[in-house]
Amino acid sequence: MIFGLVLLVLIVVAVAWVMGMYNGLVGSRNEVKNSWSQIDVQLKRRHDLIPNLVETVKGYMGHERGTLEAVTKARQQAVEVTGSVEDRAKAENALSQTLRSLFAVAEAYPDLKANQNFLALQEELTSTENKISFARQYYNDAVLRLNNRIQMFPSSVIAGMFNFQQEKFFEVEAAEDRQVPQVKF
Amino acid sequence: MWELIRANQRRAATLVVAMAALLFLLGYVLGDALAPGGGVTGLLVAFLLWVVLSLVSYFQGDSIFLALAGARKITKADHPQLINVVEEMTIAAGLPKVPDVYVMDEAAPNAFATGRDPQHAVVAVTAGLLETLERSELQGVIAHELGHVKNRDVLYMMMVGIMLGAIVLLADLGSRVFFFGGGRRRTSSRSDGQGQLLIVIVAVALMILAPIVAQLIYLALSRRREYLADASSALFTRYPEGLASALEKISRASTPLATATRATAPMYIVNPLGVSARGLADITSTHPPTSERIRILRSMAGAGLARYDDAFRTVTGKKGGVVPRSALTAPEQAAATAPAASPAMPAVPVAAAVPAATLAQAQAAAAAPVSAAAGRLERVRQTTDMLWRLNQFIFIPCACGTTLKVPPAYAGQEIACPQCGARHTVQPGAA
Repeated sequence: MIFGLVLLVLIVVAVAWVMGMYNGLVGSRNEVKNSWSQIDVQLKRRHDLIPNLVETVKGYMGHERGTLEAVTKARQQAVEVTGSVEDRAKAENALSQTLRSLFAVAEAYPDLKANQNFLALQEELTSTENKISFARQYYNDAVLRLNNRIQMFPSSVIAGMFNFQQEKFFEVEAAEDRQVPQVKF
Repeated sequence: MWELIRANQRRAATLVVAMAALLFLLGYVLGDALAPGGGVTGLLVAFLLWVVLSLVSYFQGDSIFLALAGARKITKADHPQLINVVEEMTIAAGLPKVPDVYVMDEAAPNAFATGRDPQHAVVAVTAGLLETLERSELQGVIAHELGHVKNRDVLYMMMVGIMLGAIVLLADLGSRVFFFGGGRRRTSSRSDGQGQLLIVIVAVALMILAPIVAQLIYLALSRRREYLADASSALFTRYPEGLASALEKISRASTPLATATRATAPMYIVNPLGVSARGLADITSTHPPTSERIRILRSMAGAGLARYDDAFRTVTGKKGGVVPRSALTAPEQAAATAPAASPAMPAVPVAAAVPAATLAQAQAAAAAPVSAAAGRLERVRQTTDMLWRLNQFIFIPCACGTTLKVPPAYAGQEIACPQCGARHTVQPGAA
């Protein structure tokens, strides 16, 4: 009788424990999904802002056709890319690069810098850029939490049983871009 | 992060229970001292006082507070940069909803957050803050405020504050009854003998001590929350220097905040009433010394909670840290906050956030040193424009390049541009 009762309690505790682990894993996975959709929203917003920017800048920066075309092309590629997190990250990072050089070039055009429309767009794009990196920061933290749960004992056992997959980090840049830029005089 | 919130809630519960015990003890002893056997009545009075205060502040607290501070809600059109920064930090903090943003028409730079939970959160800043701070500094301040929201500090301080209020009120009430209306009861109590006398002595002692003890608990808590919010700010922005230099600028501006009172002071990022000399100020202040907060932020060797805890211990020389242990020992936290040292995570979010966050500053710095002054001028102009708009001033762009800003009382009249003399009719409601 006593033995049976102890056994019953043990089973209930074990089931509750497995349930807690499982729910924790599902929670982590949903957090990853949710934070990815956050990045998605901001990337979309950036895609929408760029045509406006190019339109505004065109009149002032006639000589910088190459820079503008690079931005337009990078945007097009970023919009079209589908598939893995890695591919998208690559295309979006390329777009960030071209935008950065566009704003750097814009410094040489005082008229453009006095244009209210341009200033407003610059603030919007800077902010969107920030939002992307903060969303990425949050996404990477969420992925880290999920991956830790999947790899660490004892939750790794439950994760293996229910086939939880590790997620990939949103990498910042390709390895060669992360090196310190060379300054030549 | 979640560990931190859970640790907070546990600690909050313990403290609220402790304060409640103090309150009810005071109520019981007071009741019994005033009329033998009246302990239960005293208990009831204490309980009623607490319920009424709680209900009012739970549902009305933030709007009363905002009204007291003279804050007004703004939209994206009024100040795009501020709204953008709040949105950015909302994402970084992983909050479910972008808080409402309020502005106070005050020259002293300061900010506060309120609202009982993340769904009802409000962030308010003064016009002086917007004029003084650069973008990255503003980010640090907003992140600090959202740290309060994320850690549920507002609700927590509110609950403890209500207890404190109830204890002070009750002690005050008790002393009035004792000294002005208790003559008849006192004679009857003397005839009851030793036991009753003891009760009266305990009641008087409690009446004097309870408010002081409650106040000290409250203040110690308030200071701890400030450190925690600083730690959260560093975690969200991954750039402690932003908040550090913001705190420096805020503390350098010595103008006291006109609308702040002792009751509302704990809510601000830096004590708005100014600090008295150090020493006693340490335990009687709602905020830790700002210089110490800056030193901790500057000596952080990373941007995570664990790094903040290390820096806190080095700077203050205290053994115990400020971040709850369970938040530090959680493996994900330790790894997440030191990504550069962890080979398992090549993504390095620190490197990602910082260049983007300072992109605008970097560009400004590249242009010329003159642009720093120009940037400040631009900020001042944006802020004053926003205040004009909030006061329903009417903006009329003139063909000569100037913008006329006309008080709403002039709607419907015709005015001349002071630059070129062109005539304009003031359209009511024109932005």
